[in-house]
Amino acid sequence: MFQIIQKKDIAEQTSLFVMLAPEIAKKARPGQFVIIRLSEDGERIPLTIADMDENKGTITLIVQAIGYSTKIMCALKEGENILDIAGPLGTPSHIEKIGTFVGIGGGIGIAAVYPVIKGFKKIGVNTVSIIGGRTNKHLFWEDKVQETSNKLFITTDDGSKGEKGLVTAPLKRMIDSGEKIDLVFAVGPTVMMRAVAETTRPYKIPTVVSLNPIMIDATGMCGCCRVCVCGETKFACVDGPDFNAHDVDFNLLLSRQKMYKEQEQKI
Amino acid sequence: MNPKIDRQEMPKQSVCERIKNFREVALGYTEENALLESSRCLNCKKAPCREACPVHIDIPAFVTKIKEKDYAGAIKKIKESSILPAVCGRVCPQEELCEAACVLAKAKKQIAVGRLERFSADWQFKQNLLSVPNIAPSTGKKVAVIGSGPSGIVAASDLAQLGHKVVMFEAFHKTGGVLVYGIPEFRLPKEIVQKEVDTLTKMGVEIRLDHLIGRIKTIDDLFSDGFNAVYIAVGAGAPRFMNIEGENYNGIYSANEFLTRINLMKSYLFPEYKTPLYCGKNVVVVGGGNVAMDASRSALRMGADKVTIVYRRSKNELPARHEEIENTLEEGVEFQLLTNPVAFVGDARGWVTGVKCIKMELGEPDESGRRRPVPVKNSEFTIPIDTAIIAIGTMANPIIAQTTPDLKINKYGYIEVDPETGATSKKGVYAGGDIATGEATVISAMATAQKSAKAMHKYLIEA
Repeated sequence: MFQIIQKKDIAEQTSLFVMLAPEIAKKARPGQFVIIRLSEDGERIPLTIADMDENKGTITLIVQAIGYSTKIMCALKEGENILDIAGPLGTPSHIEKIGTFVGIGGGIGIAAVYPVIKGFKKIGVNTVSIIGGRTNKHLFWEDKVQETSNKLFITTDDGSKGEKGLVTAPLKRMIDSGEKIDLVFAVGPTVMMRAVAETTRPYKIPTVVSLNPIMIDATGMCGCCRVCVCGETKFACVDGPDFNAHDVDFNLLLSRQKMYKEQEQKI
Repeated sequence: MNPKIDRQEMPKQSVCERIKNFREVALGYTEENALLESSRCLNCKKAPCREACPVHIDIPAFVTKIKEKDYAGAIKKIKESSILPAVCGRVCPQEELCEAACVLAKAKKQIAVGRLERFSADWQFKQNLLSVPNIAPSTGKKVAVIGSGPSGIVAASDLAQLGHKVVMFEAFHKTGGVLVYGIPEFRLPKEIVQKEVDTLTKMGVEIRLDHLIGRIKTIDDLFSDGFNAVYIAVGAGAPRFMNIEGENYNGIYSANEFLTRINLMKSYLFPEYKTPLYCGKNVVVVGGGNVAMDASRSALRMGADKVTIVYRRSKNELPARHEEIENTLEEGVEFQLLTNPVAFVGDARGWVTGVKCIKMELGEPDESGRRRPVPVKNSEFTIPIDTAIIAIGTMANPIIAQTTPDLKINKYGYIEVDPETGATSKKGVYAGGDIATGEATVISAMATAQKSAKAMHKYLIEA
């Protein structure tokens, strides 16, 4: 059992949970995730560790109420418990001293890109962040991302906050201006990650994406999360979730993510 | 012994009934069955059956106890050597071990040791007489057991009995390893696994679920936390794929995924349980082992109309237990033998629609001693399917190896150990079960754990 220390609704259908999980907080690194299970009959669902505080023994999870389990989770209150949290899982993001790092987060992906931006910023890297959402109601953590970024761009589909358009627009402008970018790291909807990959591909800018296929055990045991990278099958849960964006078969990922669309309607 | 009495058959659920449910197929001996069967035992002095048992259960002694209607005595006798009799009585390949060694095997009338073992274990559950082994006074030493499958359970039990404080780490939310995620309910009810694991808790073993060692703690962290020795029993859990075209289409599973969804996550009870499983009408299972049989029979129970096992060698080489092959055939699974998949075909939405296969013939024997299957030219054909399950074996999970740099690993990814003690290249670290031996059986994983526990005890006492 893991106690919810704090719960806050921070965006459209999106809630933040601070969980008491000292062992996980101690080991968690940017780019890693946990598997949670809410009840005895519940699914195992993966959630990115959006932040961690070793001293307080807490991890922060940000959840969008889009499926059966996430809706139940978002209805939980402070002081209530989550049955299982297994983690940290996945290979941590590779963080090293480089010149300029561009971190891109789309929608709920803002939660996943934040700790990575923070990791680069901490070691003195020039960090540029681009966060985007459908509307201003879908954005969150602009202040936290701002704190860890030398420069921040905000985009919304409808122009209700920041510039109107997609996250790739500021990225493209940076590239066109001739600014040297050493690494682009993008997390968000699969189509967004694919668009980022296509934006940087012609310029051969190293680009990493954090993939989010369906998972069950997330310990490398079932192969449900398999993705095709550079023609080879990889398990996102242990080999990833970070992969070289230019090698990822995004169409396969998109189709595998839809595998349980029909069943999901039945619960 | 009465020569007129035949080997007692095991009552089973009828075929038409059982393919509609996940309840246990084999119903277990009645008391009458058990008494008749045990009466046939010759009670051999040299007891070749006991020699053949990897954990050396005193088989003639427990069978004699049954004969005497002393069932409590029978289970006590078994438990001197094995903490998992209800499991082993069900899934152990007795026909290759104790029963093959039985002197009556020559006349094909070998004693049904497994069925009698199961009878004794189930009797104990029915009487609610779960005996807990005696625990030696505390040694003050602390041992971490990684993995709660059969090897971990046995090591934890033996080490706890010797007076060590044992903490068992399990990556999943349930204990049992392959016994809970792999072997289906209809062959091994999960309630039984739970009861046997409960014995561990009663012995003072502390179980920590949701702990993936390598991530939440490394092996070195465990030593820093005060553990004096570590036993690695994480199994060979990583699924093998064929690496052929189209293998990532929707509808294609590893057997691990298919069975985990059903067994661990209970998707056969969906939507009461929330994890879904898509199982189509035309299913192909690739492979010929027990897991392939389990997957094919599970697919039938999930509502498939037609299930076909595709195996590249012939019937004689099927690695599955004879009993399981029989059950699978009875239930209407078809066998497409001497056939190997070469590619999957799919539709524009990314779903599998067929498997392209090639016919095989048997050539010269290979390193395993079995005749090597070779493709027959121009024999390709396509089976229309909507679901495929790949059950061609498993490999070592890389997480512990990757996060323990001073642990010696062989070229296949398994941990190198001294076969007599299970000692690894790292001081105080032992390993057993599939992660040390490669994919094997429940009973062999238990046998390696017994050896390691002895060696670890010596190490802990001398350290």
